[in-house]
Amino acid sequence: MTGKAERAGRDTAALRLAAAPVGPRVRRFWHGGDAGVRLASLLVFVVLWHVLAVVLQSNSLPLPLTVFGRVVDETLSLAMPYHLGITLTRVVIAFAAAMVIGTVIGIAMGHWRKLDLFLDGWLVLGLNVPALVTIILCYVWFGLNDTAAIIAVAINKIPTVIVTVREGARAVDPRLMQVASAYRLPRWRTLSRVYLPQLYPYLMAAARTGLSLIWKIVLVVELLGRSNGIGFQLNVFFQFFDIAGILAYTLVFAAIVLVVEAFVLRPLERRLTRWRG
Amino acid sequence: MLDIDISRKCYPDRGGRKHVALADLRLQVQTGEFVCVVGPSGCGKSTLLNVVGGLDSDVTGRVILDGQPPQGGIGFMFQEPRLMPWLTVLENVLLVAGDDPTAPARARDLLQAMELGDVFDAYPGRLSGGMQRRVALARAFVIEPRLLLMDEPFVSLDAPTADRLRAMLVNLWRRCNSTVLFVTHDLREALALGDRVCFMSGAPGRVVLEWSTGLTGPRSPNDAAVLALQRELLERYPELLAGLPDHTNNENDWEVRADA
Repeated sequence: MTGKAERAGRDTAALRLAAAPVGPRVRRFWHGGDAGVRLASLLVFVVLWHVLAVVLQSNSLPLPLTVFGRVVDETLSLAMPYHLGITLTRVVIAFAAAMVIGTVIGIAMGHWRKLDLFLDGWLVLGLNVPALVTIILCYVWFGLNDTAAIIAVAINKIPTVIVTVREGARAVDPRLMQVASAYRLPRWRTLSRVYLPQLYPYLMAAARTGLSLIWKIVLVVELLGRSNGIGFQLNVFFQFFDIAGILAYTLVFAAIVLVVEAFVLRPLERRLTRWRG
Repeated sequence: MLDIDISRKCYPDRGGRKHVALADLRLQVQTGEFVCVVGPSGCGKSTLLNVVGGLDSDVTGRVILDGQPPQGGIGFMFQEPRLMPWLTVLENVLLVAGDDPTAPARARDLLQAMELGDVFDAYPGRLSGGMQRRVALARAFVIEPRLLLMDEPFVSLDAPTADRLRAMLVNLWRRCNSTVLFVTHDLREALALGDRVCFMSGAPGRVVLEWSTGLTGPRSPNDAAVLALQRELLERYPELLAGLPDHTNNENDWEVRADA
């Protein structure tokens, strides 16, 4: 895969080089073709999957069409929307909690060295405790309920948010903060127009890695201690060796991740970094 | 009136030892007066502005503006433009203007007057150094400041650009009737701008000489009157001005230095 990616990169570079002397219109064409490349990549993936499934003829790898059919069935029976809705709710709450708490602690640690020293050991511990341990302990301490599930997910994510935001807080330009002080800007205006914009790249990085981590952990949490959600469903399918069901839910899940990336994260990032031109 | 009385201002130097930056510094600036503070590098000029502007409150002494400690209404221009790169030109100027409903119109007028009318929506990263300083100047004046603090704001600009900016500054100052405290290590710039020039000693800095220029009207650092005044000062106070750049030999060296 890596070799292929490298080759693809070289090919794209070669195309760009070839296109360069021709003029901006040609270059625009290649940039405009980004969506086409992404679509082609998706099609190739499905075709490869199909070929492999036909060759192997195994129950362990159903055909793509079978899986798509399963997605339709599960959607029509409303089972998938129900479990997906539950999982997404957990993801959103855990994500928001982890981002808010992690950002506040990260900013504080970036600013106050004593606090940084005090909490640094805890942070290292938080970063390295296996997710499974936190999940089990949360269920044991708080019971098999949604609060425990969300706390477990958030606890797994908070340390990585802290580390990223702390770096951002350390990189805040004191000279720009002096402008805010010199002109006696109100606190809220200083925060929203001077301080936070400096943290945006770090917050975006934390959000991106956070979302991918939280997707994964939420499923484990559901598998271990909830009676609904995609993680729970996957466990049921596993019991019945229902591979089509597992792949159907995985596909929908992956589609949602791609949609969030394309329609939420990327536009947001473009908006926040517009000034870099 | 601005009344500055600083008994002592210290801060730890790089080795952690206490460095006395200012001691027994007294200075009074009349309302609407343009006072330049000149001194050698490291004499505490920027520290003085930071104290007056409230950026540094760890000081023994007092700063009184019109009978009370300075609150709002202070414009500040730093050595660098210090614009927010993520805000457009207009947003940068409006950032400091608060909720004043007349501010947007004032900001546009100011930017127009500074020949920045066609870059309202541009980001600072796309502007030249001179244009960025003009935006910073507009930002300082959009609040119609009672007091304007300027910390070598035109340093490292080429001579014609700096001259143009000085002319703009003087125009705006006359219009707003602000009190200006302008710090520079360039004697000729100080004589070209100020009603009065205050000379600081080396660290710990204090005012050792005040000199009314007696010059009126807009003038350039290369005007004959400014050069004559500079010569007179250098002849009368050679030790005092020893730490300042020497401009007596070549009338064009100011430009050379400003380009550097």
